[in-house]
Amino acid sequence: MHRLIAAAAVVFTQTTFAAEPFPSTYEPAASQPTLIKNATILTGDGGRLEQASLLMANGKVQWLGSGDIPADAAVIDADGKWVTPGIIDVHSHLGVYPSPGVRAHSDGNEATAPVTAEVWAEHSIWPQDPGFTRALAGGITSLQILPGSANLFGGRGVTLKNLPATTYQAMKFPGAPHGLKMACGENPKRVYGGRTKAPSTRMGNVAAYRTAWIKAQNYIDEWAAYEASDKADKKAPLRDLELETLAGALKGEILVHMHCYRADEMMTILDMAKEFGYRVSTFHHGVEAYKIADELAEQGVCGALWADWWGFKMEAYDGIQENIALVDRPKGSCSVVHSDSDEGIQRLNQEAAKAMARGNAVGMDITPEHAIRWVTSNAAKSLGIEQHTGTLAPGLMADVVIWNQNPFSVYAKADQVFIDGAMAYDRNNPELQPITDFELGQLAEVAR
Amino acid sequence: MKHLLLTAIFCVISATSQAQDLLITNATLHTMGKAGVVQNADILIKHGKIERIAKKITPHHGIEVIDAAGKPVTPAFFAGITSAGLSEVEMVYEAVDSEYKELYTDLMHPEFDVRTAYNPHSSVVPITRVEGFGYTLLGATRGDRTISGQGGMVRFDGGYSSFEGKSAVFVELSGYAAEQVGGSRAVQWMLLQEAFAEMNSDEANLLSPMGKKALKKAAKESVFVFNTHRAADIVQVLKFVDQHNLSAVINGGREAWMVAPALAEARVPVILNSLDNLPTDFDSLGARMDNAALLHQAGVSILFSSGETHNSRKVRQLAGNAVSYGLPHDVALAAMTVTPANVFGGGNRVLSVGAAADLVIWSGDPLEVTTVAAQVVMGGIPDTMQSRQTKLRDRYLPQQPDMPRAYIKP
Repeated sequence: MHRLIAAAAVVFTQTTFAAEPFPSTYEPAASQPTLIKNATILTGDGGRLEQASLLMANGKVQWLGSGDIPADAAVIDADGKWVTPGIIDVHSHLGVYPSPGVRAHSDGNEATAPVTAEVWAEHSIWPQDPGFTRALAGGITSLQILPGSANLFGGRGVTLKNLPATTYQAMKFPGAPHGLKMACGENPKRVYGGRTKAPSTRMGNVAAYRTAWIKAQNYIDEWAAYEASDKADKKAPLRDLELETLAGALKGEILVHMHCYRADEMMTILDMAKEFGYRVSTFHHGVEAYKIADELAEQGVCGALWADWWGFKMEAYDGIQENIALVDRPKGSCSVVHSDSDEGIQRLNQEAAKAMARGNAVGMDITPEHAIRWVTSNAAKSLGIEQHTGTLAPGLMADVVIWNQNPFSVYAKADQVFIDGAMAYDRNNPELQPITDFELGQLAEVAR
Repeated sequence: MKHLLLTAIFCVISATSQAQDLLITNATLHTMGKAGVVQNADILIKHGKIERIAKKITPHHGIEVIDAAGKPVTPAFFAGITSAGLSEVEMVYEAVDSEYKELYTDLMHPEFDVRTAYNPHSSVVPITRVEGFGYTLLGATRGDRTISGQGGMVRFDGGYSSFEGKSAVFVELSGYAAEQVGGSRAVQWMLLQEAFAEMNSDEANLLSPMGKKALKKAAKESVFVFNTHRAADIVQVLKFVDQHNLSAVINGGREAWMVAPALAEARVPVILNSLDNLPTDFDSLGARMDNAALLHQAGVSILFSSGETHNSRKVRQLAGNAVSYGLPHDVALAAMTVTPANVFGGGNRVLSVGAAADLVIWSGDPLEVTTVAAQVVMGGIPDTMQSRQTKLRDRYLPQQPDMPRAYIKP
C-alpha cells in the first residue's frame, strides 16, 4: 500500500521540488588513454588476471585482457605490480571532522536533538581537510561522508569522488544516492539520556525511530493525496526537510546506513525495517555481526566492519578479528571493510589484509581476489554505485590503483591512482601529489 | 602449508601444557643481541630460561618439542604505553583506573601510581598476549593536572605484581592539556618548575608531602615521559630535562623529526605512532610518515605506541609501516624488544643463553599484517593461545549448531 503511494510521490518530488539542490558539479580531470600492461589485476568482483593489460580511455575502462590500443595511449608497464579498482570507503568523516580537529571544525554531529534527518553532511564538509589527500595516497577514489552517531537519525550522508576541489559540489559523485545515517545503542541514549531527555534507553531509541517513521509515512500520504487531487483549491503541504529525508529512505531513494554494534539490536532494526517497508543498506561497525552472519546474508544487508577495533565501549566488547571473514562466509553475503578513521582510510588494503589473514588462520580459504571485494565492489554495492565503479569492467569508471606489490601487505603502496581515467596521484611525481590550502605554506622554514 | 604448521603446534601444546622443559626446533631466531639472526636454531628452555641455542639439539625423553619450521622467532613484543589491566572497557568509567581528575585537592599528584590498580585478569591481557605481546608500559593517562602520575613496565604473565624496571612519570604538555591548567602551555612550564622547586623546600602549594617525596625520588630514579608533539615544546622539554638532570622520553613526537639532532645529542628517545601523518592539531603540523626513519637516521632511539589499549596489538602494523617508509627492519624489531628494555629497564629481551624465555613463533614476517603469532611462550611456558576473543570466535565458527551457542564452550 505504502509502496504504491510512494511511487506516486517519487514522480511528484521530481516535478515540484528542486530536482536536486546542491547538485554535483564534478568533472573528471583531463586524461589521456592509458594502457596498463603486465599487471596482476584484481577485478574487484572476484576475478584475477596475471600478466594482464587494461585500457582506460574517455574516463572509462575500455577493456581488460586484450583489445585495440589508441595510438596516443600512454603505456605503463606494471610488471610485478598489482592493479585493483579504486578503493571505496563507505564510512568516513573527512571534511566534517577534519584535521586540524579544533572545535571550530567539529561539524559532524548536530547533537541538539535525537532526530535530525534534516541535516546534510555535505553542508559541513570542509574540502580543505588534508585527510582527503592522505586518503588519495592510499588509493581511495570514492568515499561516503556521514554525519556522526550522536543521533538516532543523524542526517544525510554524501558520496564523493576523491579528487581535490574547492567545493564539495565539485567532489559529489554524480548520480550517487544520498545515505541516511542512523544510530543504534549507546551513543544516542548516552547523549540525550545524559541530558534527561529521550531517548535514555535502547527501548527509547526504538520508540523514537518508529515514531519518526510513522510521521514520514504520514508525510508521504499527505503529499500523495495532494498529488492525486485536482490541486485547484488546495494548498500543497508544507515541505519538511526532516520528513523529506525520512520519506526518501522509506521509498528507497536514500540508502539507510545504520550504526549498530550488537547482534540483538541489528535484528530489532531489521524487524523494524520490515514494519515500515524499507531496506537497511548496511550496518556500520557491527562488531557482533558475526553472530548473525546468516541473517544478514539472507536479507541482503551489508556489514561495514573494522578489522580489529574493540573494547572502546560496552557494545564493542565482543569484537573479534574474524568478524569480517565470518560475515563474508554465507552465500550472498556483503562484507565491507570501512574505516571511520582518518588513519584507517589511508590503508584500507591493510585492514582488508588483516581480516583476510584472520579468516585464513581459522581454516577459511580467502584469496586476495576475493577479499579485495570488501573495499571495492561490495563497498560500491553498499553505496548504490556498483553500476558505476567498484569493479574493473568495460564501461565502468576508470577508477584504478596501481600498487607496487600485492596490496595485501603492510609494505604495499599505491604507486598511481586514477579517478575517471585521470592520474590523480603518483607516488613518484611530486607534481601529482596534491596539497590542500590549509597545509600550503605551513612550516615554511623547515626543510622537508 | 601455514595452516598445517599452526595446527601441529596447537596439538603439541594442548597435550602437554604443563611441561617444564621445552625445545623449539628449526627457528629463524632473531636474538636481538650480538648473535644477530640465527638460522635453523634449536632453542632449549629449562625452568623458564634459555639453556642452550644450537643448530641441532637432541630432545631428551619426554620433552615438549615445537617445530618452528623455519619461521621467525623473536622476543615477545612491547605493546607500547597502554592501560591494559587498568581499563576493561574504555567508556565504562567504573572499569577504568588509569587517571585521576577532579580530586578533592588542586595539587599535582606524582605519587599517584596506576600500578596499584593493575588487574592481570583483565580480558585485555590475554587478548594482547596471544598476538605476540609480552609487556606494556602501564601509563597514567591525562587527567586534569600537568603531572598525570606514575606507571611502569608490566609483564603479561598473569601475575598480580609482574612489574619490572623503572617507574615512569607522565607529564602532559600540549595545547589541549594547557587548556585545562590555566590556558597556556607557559603555565604548564611554570607549574612544573614550581613543583620541582617545591620538592626541595618546605612549601606545600603544589605537592602533598608524599608527592614531594615521590617527585624527588622520581627525579633521581625514574623516566619522565613527556606527552608532547610540537617541535618547540620538545625543545623546552630538552632544556628542562637538562636543567633537572632527568632521564626522559618524548611520547607522541609528531614533529620530533624537526629537532632530531637535539634529541640525539640529549639521548632522549621518542615513543611514536608511525601512522601519525596528519596535522590533527596545531601542535602537529609537521606530522609525516617517515618520522621514525628520520629520527633513527639522526641517531634517536625510537619505540612504538599506538595510543590504544584494547587494540595495542596494532603496534606490529605501526612497525611495518615505519619500515615501509624507510626504517630498517631490524631497528623496527628492536623498537618493540630491546629498545623499550633499554629505556625502561627490566629484562633486556635479548634471546641468549640465560635469558627469560619470553618469545614468539610467528607465522611469517612479524611486521606483516597477514602474519599471526603462531605460538607465544612466556617464562618458558607455551601459552594456551586462548583469549575471550578466540573463545567467542570458536563459539560462532560452527555453522548451524543443534543447540543454542551458549552451549558451545570452547
